[in-house]
Amino acid sequence: MSAERKIETVTTGQNEIIEFNRGLLYEESLLWEKEHADHPGVDLPAPENLKSRTGVPDRENIGLPQVSEPQVLRHFVKMSTWNYSIDHGFFPLGSCTMKHNPRLNEKLARLPGFAQIHPLQPESTVQGALKLMHELQHWLAELTGLPGVCLAPAAGAHGELAGIMTIKRAHEMKGNKGRNVMLIPDSAHGTNPATAAMCGYTVKSISTKETGRLTVAAFKEALGDGKDVAGMMVTNPNTCGLFETEIQEIAKLLHKAGGYFYCDGANFNALVGKVRPADFGVDVMHINLHKTFSTPHGGGGPGSGPICTTAELAPYVPVPTVVKNGETYSLQWEKDRPETLGQLKGFQGQFGMHVRALSYMMSHGADGLKQVAEDAVLGANYIMASLKNDFHAPFDGPCMHECLLTDKNQKDAGVTTLDIAKALCEKGFHPMTVYFPLVVSGAMLIEPTETESKDSIDRFIAAMKEFAADVREGDSEKYHAFPESTPRRRLDEVKAARTPVLRWPSDI
Amino acid sequence: MRYLPQTKQSRAAMMKTVGVSSVDALFRDVPKDAFIKCLADLPQHKGELAVERELGACANQNRAAPDGPFFLGAGTYYHHIPSSVDYIIQRSEFLTAYTPYQPEIAQGTLQMIFEFQTFISRLTGQDIANASLYDGATSCAEAALMAMRVTKRNKVVLATPLHPHYRSVLKAYMGNLGSTLADGAPDGETACVIIQSPDFHGAPHAYDAWRKKCDETGALLVVVVNEIVSLGLLPAPVEADIVCGEAQSIGLPMSFGGPHLGFFACKEKYLRQMPGRLCGMTEDADGRRGFVLTLSTREQHIRREKATSNICTNQGLCALAFTVHMSLLGEDGFRRLAKLNHEAACRLADAVSKVKGVKVLNKTFFNEFVVELSKPAAEVVETLAAKGIIAGYALEGNQLLMCATEMTTDEDIAALAEVLA
Repeated sequence: MSAERKIETVTTGQNEIIEFNRGLLYEESLLWEKEHADHPGVDLPAPENLKSRTGVPDRENIGLPQVSEPQVLRHFVKMSTWNYSIDHGFFPLGSCTMKHNPRLNEKLARLPGFAQIHPLQPESTVQGALKLMHELQHWLAELTGLPGVCLAPAAGAHGELAGIMTIKRAHEMKGNKGRNVMLIPDSAHGTNPATAAMCGYTVKSISTKETGRLTVAAFKEALGDGKDVAGMMVTNPNTCGLFETEIQEIAKLLHKAGGYFYCDGANFNALVGKVRPADFGVDVMHINLHKTFSTPHGGGGPGSGPICTTAELAPYVPVPTVVKNGETYSLQWEKDRPETLGQLKGFQGQFGMHVRALSYMMSHGADGLKQVAEDAVLGANYIMASLKNDFHAPFDGPCMHECLLTDKNQKDAGVTTLDIAKALCEKGFHPMTVYFPLVVSGAMLIEPTETESKDSIDRFIAAMKEFAADVREGDSEKYHAFPESTPRRRLDEVKAARTPVLRWPSDI
Repeated sequence: MRYLPQTKQSRAAMMKTVGVSSVDALFRDVPKDAFIKCLADLPQHKGELAVERELGACANQNRAAPDGPFFLGAGTYYHHIPSSVDYIIQRSEFLTAYTPYQPEIAQGTLQMIFEFQTFISRLTGQDIANASLYDGATSCAEAALMAMRVTKRNKVVLATPLHPHYRSVLKAYMGNLGSTLADGAPDGETACVIIQSPDFHGAPHAYDAWRKKCDETGALLVVVVNEIVSLGLLPAPVEADIVCGEAQSIGLPMSFGGPHLGFFACKEKYLRQMPGRLCGMTEDADGRRGFVLTLSTREQHIRREKATSNICTNQGLCALAFTVHMSLLGEDGFRRLAKLNHEAACRLADAVSKVKGVKVLNKTFFNEFVVELSKPAAEVVETLAAKGIIAGYALEGNQLLMCATEMTTDEDIAALAEVLA
């Protein structure tokens, strides 16, 4: 196998340049390895060469590469062929909600009236944009049952920060002292404890290892007398894909002790249009527009993480928020909202994502969004039912929009969750989320989303069953070598961390 | 319902396998009173045409930059974006990919991030750069938090006028940790000195004197750049320990404030204290060069409450837009673009100086500067907006912050001078 995959390289000077295609398999060098062109890929008019009025010397050589426009196009198009995306196929990354991204949303966000407006223009010249934001606030308030909406946070973790700071501000404004503890289940996303720490809170963990769920007993133990507790951060449905059955009782106890309930909205896709978080006791939550409302993940962002709060907490959310007076929309800043915790993001937030999300919501409507939640949950349960005899399912179902399996049945034969993930890459799927949540050893968290057809899910199930059958029959050795047909095989992550090379080192 | 591929038959078949007769049986763990009875205030689903009409009407109510003369900057800038940029970022393989946690099937995104990090470190004169942060304001706040971790001090000093939004965000982030924000010069308690250059009023700064003050007090020097095009004409802030800011000017539309592109670069010795993702070069099992996300022991998904930041999703696609645009510009194009911006601002300054009652206050500037008018600036901005001109950002009293870029034409400047007079 490896002989067929022999690498051919072109060498120039010190640098070994890999730039050799075979069929539709492309290699592509870095920009800095290409020949430096004598003109750039953009034609700009010649400057007049006026004397600079900057007061400082003009800059010397920067060290940028220079290539023509066709070379730039080819460079990025070739590189793009090395990526797997939701438009390629099944992408069951648990807790990440990789669903179809409608291109209508892209088109609308690019209208000049949205893309080419400045955040500090007079409000009279951007009434349409403010109206859109106001409308999105309304949709989010209706869907969560939480009327205090701030669209500004830039992503999920930023929404968490906004939410926990809202709680902190509420305690401060009410004169509550000594509340410096944030309760967080051990199954939580890493962003939860990281956020609590950024807000100056001490994290107290609640164990969920037994059943994958929070219990009133474990919660009471963590709460103690509750006098030092500011609040609790819970993802519901949780990261094991389960709805927290005792959540109403826990929320009641927390409220009685004077704490606030922050809900991590990463898994809102299971509930949207069907279940209202306010009704199970949530005081504040963030919504990932790039998950539930389908704004593209873009290879790691941009996201958008608006927060929604109860009326009680609404005065404290970050600025700006949009209000409507008569027929006029305006932004409220610190001077208009003296109780706010302040500002957490430059300008109005990721407005381009607001346009995309509202376009998606309007397309689905209230009826379609309810169907989204139902199909998402059905798909995950179908995978669970189809695979539970082949892979270990640590917790009883039904699950919500994602199902949790582990490598327990395969591990003794030497095939781990990592091997299964890499075998999925070989089979043309994106792997599920692996080794998360941390409360389960060898976790595989599978979220199909509602935009996957039954055929597509069936192909995934068949692949997983084939892996399990191979392991049962003792054919497990090959699993350590996968993937073999991808642009690169397994990468040496230890080398990357031990001797970090984080930029192209040589000078031009 | 066009985004939903399931059919009545497929749903029935799946329910049969699961062993339930209705989907609601799968929601049995949800308390009864949490189910939505009715969403009467929200409309039912709509076709593509209907959505396009409704939101298109919203867009048409806004005055877009190409509609007339435009002189507003103040942290977000109106620049030309080559057509290739938007074509590349709309390719499915980039647009609809996830964070590259599975490097074997994400080398396109990873090599791009490596190139982005190289671009940022070259532009800023720093050793290393991360894979992006949300925006300039939050990257400035992250820089202050990092300086506090490095120095174990909790006072931050602002030495030059900082963008008011950056200042507000900094104040909110720091308030969580009981740290203090002051204007002036560093002392023995200071974690870092923050210099915005060009500053909020448009003036570029030299760094050597501040470097010396920082060395004397043990504070870090943080340079904030919110018009990254300026780095094609102004010297690189090599004296700084951290250079951060906003890179929206290259490849991204203004988009009413976002998504934009925070960048973050620093000296290599602070690597382990950096916030955000990093991409590094390595080899695959066949010895071929490849890229992975690395040094994630700094990050929230590994370190949890001990992480250097809570950031997870960053501005990946915006970093791609930047990288494509920078690739097209290249060394000569980027420097020329900077020069053209400066010269447009010089022409604007000369033209408004000739208007009676208008005075340019800046002695030095890159592509924006402050003018003193004879009337309150806020009034002038409103009056000119009604006449189709976006004049700038109203500061206190009669002062107006004005900007020119390569988009600014001589006709735009003439039109402005005429109505100002």
